[in-house]
Amino acid sequence: MDSLTALKSRTVVLPIRDIDTDQIIPARFLTTTTRDGLGAALFHDLRYDQDGGQRRDFPLNDPANRDCAILVAGNNFGCGSSREHAPWALLDYGIRAVIATEFADIFRNNSLKNGLLPIIVDAVTHAWLVANPGVELHVDVLASQLTLPGGRVVDYPIDAFARYCLTQGIDQLGYLRQQADAIAKFEEARPWKP
Amino acid sequence: MAVSDAKTLFEKVWAEHVVVPETADTPAVLYIDLHLIHEVTTPQAFALLRERRLAVRRPDLTLATMDHSTPTTPVSSFRDLAVVGEGAANQIRQMEENCREFGIELYGFGSEQRGIVHVIGPELGASQPGKTIVCGDSHTSTHGAFGALAFGIGTTEVGHVLATQCLLQRKPKSLAVDVGGRLPAGVTAKDVILAIIGRIGVDGGTGHVIEYRGEAIRALDMEGRMTICNMSIEAGARAGLIGPDETTFEYLAGRPRVPRADAWDAAVRRWRALCSDEDARFDRTVSIDATTLQPMVTFGTNPGMVVGVNDPVPEAHDASFRKALDYMKVTPGKPMSENRVDVVFVGSCTNGRLSDLKEAAGILAGRKVADGVRMLVVPGSQQVKRRAEELGLHRIFTEAGAEWRESGCSMCLGMNGDTVASGQLSVSTSNRNFEGRQGIGARTVLASPATAAASAVLGRVADPRKLT
Ligand code: SF4
Repeated sequence: MDSLTALKSRTVVLPIRDIDTDQIIPARFLTTTTRDGLGAALFHDLRYDQDGGQRRDFPLNDPANRDCAILVAGNNFGCGSSREHAPWALLDYGIRAVIATEFADIFRNNSLKNGLLPIIVDAVTHAWLVANPGVELHVDVLASQLTLPGGRVVDYPIDAFARYCLTQGIDQLGYLRQQADAIAKFEEARPWKP
Repeated sequence: MAVSDAKTLFEKVWAEHVVVPETADTPAVLYIDLHLIHEVTTPQAFALLRERRLAVRRPDLTLATMDHSTPTTPVSSFRDLAVVGEGAANQIRQMEENCREFGIELYGFGSEQRGIVHVIGPELGASQPGKTIVCGDSHTSTHGAFGALAFGIGTTEVGHVLATQCLLQRKPKSLAVDVGGRLPAGVTAKDVILAIIGRIGVDGGTGHVIEYRGEAIRALDMEGRMTICNMSIEAGARAGLIGPDETTFEYLAGRPRVPRADAWDAAVRRWRALCSDEDARFDRTVSIDATTLQPMVTFGTNPGMVVGVNDPVPEAHDASFRKALDYMKVTPGKPMSENRVDVVFVGSCTNGRLSDLKEAAGILAGRKVADGVRMLVVPGSQQVKRRAEELGLHRIFTEAGAEWRESGCSMCLGMNGDTVASGQLSVSTSNRNFEGRQGIGARTVLASPATAAASAVLGRVADPRKLT
């Protein structure tokens, strides 16, 4: 996993609530056995009409937004299926952080394990970001802070361990494998066996 | 017992599986008793194991099947499988290879026990009270019906469990959903869970484990309880569970993977202690009166957008809501029964078990699927299929004009080729009515098997109580 310590980017705004992982990447693109190349399928049915033409009103289709690495989305982003293909597709497309007032649990977990940063902000900050698409934001991942244009600083919550792994580019399997002795002892000592 | 000692069921199961406690800096290391795997969310995890030269720590606690991208068209031989596309075929092949190489038992093609992962776990008796159960699939919450702590994980975490049999987890909060009173006739477990999601919202359970309690829950059989726990994720919850009782033990007795003889008696004694203590505190509690419930249907594009089948669709109150109504082409102020139906799907891990098929067959017996309606009945497992055929249910379905299929996820997520065409309205017993879930442009109405069958007969979204 690539480390992420700071991020500076303009925002692209998708002001819809409850965007589920089926919308982030539809199931028919899940017959892959790798994690690569999924950016092409990101938001597929929102981005393209049924003849494959780009939908003009979809914010990601605006060429001016192609380099935006920060996505501002509505509440409860990433609900639904546990498919990790959702963060893989966002990352492959070039998104490194998503801002919302709330994320679905599994999506949030999956994102943090892949170097995609879910940023939870209060409703007022969120409403301002939605009303001002394309502003440049500065994210200090080490400090868990977001700086808005004009200098207002917003703290956001993130699990300490997840932040450590994200900023160091550490994947958690290594850490887990270091617990091998404790795991073996647990298996030995438990009163019943599964 | 001092108040501070009182524990919820969830806390008891959690505490029994903590290998290393959590701290401010690090999450808990949580032991996993059963790891269910399927072909779609595992190939990248196995690739990681190979890359790092790691073995599967406990193949004996890992159970594999193929369900998501597999065809459900009737086949005379497994060689003739009409797998949709090279991608799906490759996934199926890789699953077989991965299981062979890493020593995992696979209920694959040719296995009498193959089926949707959340249907076969219980059928095999592998889903048991007090276990921690995970799967790279959000509907793993289904197994919570047995009093297990069961939740969905991503593919990276599938790799963690394969390699270490553990996960790094922060302890979720607890939410009690109390469903008091008795359900009126004609109202089913599916209606209860849809009503619950409608009440607390699709993010109402975020960060929480739900415990379903109360008289109406106790009165449900295991299949109904599975339907309830299955859709916990649709309320955003991490997991959903129900305290085990005689109904649970009776269901499990004699199944292939449960303990035998003295070990069974010991297990049941241990399981009986798995209930929330009387003074246990939940972080939140929601109460619902079962006596007021009616058959429920969704009208929008998430499972929280739900109304009684005869009630008017609410007016839009914001842009996201309006977008959903536009997509669904439904009229606010009018009941869903105004809408004509093109497709009816009975199946999935929510409602693809034997009692669900019986419920649908009860409505269809001696009746016909309306002209212009396509109805698909897809059993949740090969075992459900066999039992249904022994009871002659398949004949009721086919004589009514419905299609009878092999088991699988099928039209629940439409990745195996079973899809709803653009613009068509589908009444489905599955769990997600997201835009495009059943096919590009498909409009999905979630409902119980009885409501789905009644809608097939009447050709419009229908109250099943009219046909009994
Ligand atoms: S039936 Fe549907 S919800 Fe259940 S496991 Fe299959 S795809 Fe997922």
